[in-house]
Amino acid sequence: MNWLIAILQTALFVAMAPLLAGWLKWCKCRLQNRKAPSLLQPYRDLLKLTHKQPVVSKQASWLFIATPYIVFSATVLAATVVPLIAVDLPTSASADVIVMVGFFAFARFFLALAGLDMGTAFGGMGSSREMTISSLAEPAMLMAVFTLTMTASTTNLSGAIAHVINEGMVLRPSFVFALPALLLVAIAETGRIPVDNPATHLELTMIHEAMILEYSGRHLALIEWASQLKLMLYGVLIANIFFPWGIAETFSAEALGYGLLAITGKLALLAIVLAIAETLFAKMRLFRVQEYLSFAYLLGLLGMLSHIILEAAR
Amino acid sequence: MHIEQTDFYTQAILSMAALVGLTSFLMLGQSRLLRLIFVFALQGFLLTITTVLAGYSLDSHHLYISAALTLLLKVIFIPWMLRREVMHMNAQRSIQALKNKTMVMLGGASLMVFSYYILHPIVPTTSPVMLNALAVSLSVVLLGMLLMISHRQAVAHVVGFMSIENGLFFAAIVATKGMPMVVELGVAFDVLVAAVLFGIFFLHIRTSIDSLDVDLLNRLNEVDK
Repeated sequence: MNWLIAILQTALFVAMAPLLAGWLKWCKCRLQNRKAPSLLQPYRDLLKLTHKQPVVSKQASWLFIATPYIVFSATVLAATVVPLIAVDLPTSASADVIVMVGFFAFARFFLALAGLDMGTAFGGMGSSREMTISSLAEPAMLMAVFTLTMTASTTNLSGAIAHVINEGMVLRPSFVFALPALLLVAIAETGRIPVDNPATHLELTMIHEAMILEYSGRHLALIEWASQLKLMLYGVLIANIFFPWGIAETFSAEALGYGLLAITGKLALLAIVLAIAETLFAKMRLFRVQEYLSFAYLLGLLGMLSHIILEAAR
Repeated sequence: MHIEQTDFYTQAILSMAALVGLTSFLMLGQSRLLRLIFVFALQGFLLTITTVLAGYSLDSHHLYISAALTLLLKVIFIPWMLRREVMHMNAQRSIQALKNKTMVMLGGASLMVFSYYILHPIVPTTSPVMLNALAVSLSVVLLGMLLMISHRQAVAHVVGFMSIENGLFFAAIVATKGMPMVVELGVAFDVLVAAVLFGIFFLHIRTSIDSLDVDLLNRLNEVDK
């Protein structure tokens, strides 16, 4: 029964990811006085891409073909670790947050290799930029997440979220720092403005798009879907760690329904905040990204410090 | 003592302390003057909230007057004055290059650790809340000094100075559970006088070197090098 719910939750994760991307795009369009595409547009795009024939260069190795499948399945596996509508599921009990970061790193490694595989200038440029950014973003993310795990004294996400719920309404100074740190890292990792712009193929500024420039057809569909899934993963992580109220703690139909409703509402709100931020800020120069990420790291560090100093027992 | 076992007032004060510390870091990293002034106003607003919280929980009504004064002076008057000065100089677009921002930010983090370190000996004699609030306010003071050292615009120096005062004010509110009214009024008027004096200084610097960048003061040598 528990395994069934776990599998259903992961399926829901995968199915909802394009919807979140569509909603984000809708909010952004409305904020910029443009006519918004339908919320279902990302699904249509994915469907269209799967019907098209993928074009693969003659020089491509097996790595190029395998990468979309590896990236997609690694991201789905990462999604199983994060509690979406219920805590205490068997999948999230078997792996912790470090495993999740590991899955992300695994997917990124293969994506960067695939970018290099073709030997085009853009692919190599994109890969090198992606690795630069991720090498700075990963410590910042771990710092922010460790703040949570030290509060709950477990690295298991499900256990940590349950701990935060059971404590009730506690104002934690460390979360004041960890929340913005994780937000900044999420923006950098999912390639949103101001770090990367997912909407353009402007050759000098693109990072993620440069790596996947050679992909087409169903390969592109899988990679796009994986990046939408990653966006949703970060959204769920932020929503459920810092505002876990509403998540189901028992497996009754009513609790699960409330959990679904709660997470949908939280993600919708988070997407609105993200859309406002993307509308307000311009994309920054590539060489300023390290300042941005070192600020995120600093916030994570301060969160950890203020946990040790302000909150812990002495 | 775990944070879960403390009352709501303590948690709120600690969170406010964290937020005040955060605004100090934001000020340190800011290279645009108008945004710097905005963050300064935000810090003043957080102080106002802290004062109201303290006044409510300690049931001392004169703290409300103090909060109103903070709101008027530090959230509205001084930021407005600085903003007018920046607009007047047409400096709102000028980005002052902070030489090595990452180093300054990490220096700020180590200052925070340092202020915890030097306040640690008072643990046996006081409550942990007091220690934390004092440590945060000490680090706000130190970060204000670092802001004055690292930035070159005179406006940033004034903001740094005022944020030092903010740190002291925060310590006073939390540690003494509300100072006597006379002291608070005195401090408020001191700040007001300081703001007016800074306005006059700005005028002088501007008329003599036509900029608010104090690095240019180095050129005022008798002998040309």
